[in-house]
Amino acid sequence: MAIEVRIPTILRSYTGGAKVVEGAGDTLSDLLTDLDSRHGGLKGRLVTEAGALHRFVNVYVNDEDVRFLGSLDAKLNDGDSVTILPAVAGGAFGFAAAAAIAQHSAAAAAIAQHSAAAAAIAQHSAAVVSAPAAPGRRAVTGR
Amino acid sequence: MLSIDRSIVDAIVAHARRDHPDEACGVVAGAAGSDSPTRHIPMDNAARSMTFYEFDSMEQLRVWREMDDRDEEPVVIYHSHTATEAYPSRTDVSFAGEPGAHYVLVSTREPDTEEIRSFRIVDGVVTEEPVRIVEAGVDPHAVQSYMFGQSPATVDYECSDR
Repeated sequence: MAIEVRIPTILRSYTGGAKVVEGAGDTLSDLLTDLDSRHGGLKGRLVTEAGALHRFVNVYVNDEDVRFLGSLDAKLNDGDSVTILPAVAGGAFGFAAAAAIAQHSAAAAAIAQHSAAAAAIAQHSAAVVSAPAAPGRRAVTGR
Repeated sequence: MLSIDRSIVDAIVAHARRDHPDEACGVVAGAAGSDSPTRHIPMDNAARSMTFYEFDSMEQLRVWREMDDRDEEPVVIYHSHTATEAYPSRTDVSFAGEPGAHYVLVSTREPDTEEIRSFRIVDGVVTEEPVRIVEAGVDPHAVQSYMFGQSPATVDYECSDR
């Protein structure tokens, strides 16, 4: 008996278009090494250079996500069914950009406060207005 | 080009508005090879984030199995951006693992404006495509094409100077 492995569309170029292939191994890592011997390059798409399961894929043994079964060390038995799916994820920003946006919001808030303060001072005294109003204006036009 | 029913677009936009300010995500399945999205499946955003989305891996397994059993495929994979334009981010591109899918992005940054765009993402290359919204109950020959937002000449993924 062997272990049945379901291959997602994006990786079928490694299996000659086959949707299901068979392999053997006591752990997920062994299985992927076995598959790679016949479908060269497949393991490299699933395992990072550091030797961890890639973030961009989900691998399941029967009905369990292998991340809960020890990842590449997950134990396998003959007759198990392994399913590989592309992880579906994404989103608006990388972390660096998110930080930039947060900074931008803080800047916008500061500018708004500044302008309000400047307006309040202007109401009180025409003599005081020229100095404090200037930095607020500069901030607004500085982008 | 993506051809999609008005009712499905409305359901996607409603889902995105409901989950705003978190990003919403989901799939529209269709018969394999048809390129026609017919069955809307809203998915949980396991990340529950305003800047990131991720299918729950167990829900995804269930939904992908179900599609397999019904001889369907994910024709559309959608998610929302809640503060920026409906254009794939670097994160979106690096994760895009369904070369046959239309990657649909909805932006909910404007409460009253529907912003929906579609992309192919293959081997890290993003190609925008027109979206043709098919109005139900209207003569199909009278359907018009809509292009919501042209690709800008330069794209600032990080939005760093705004």
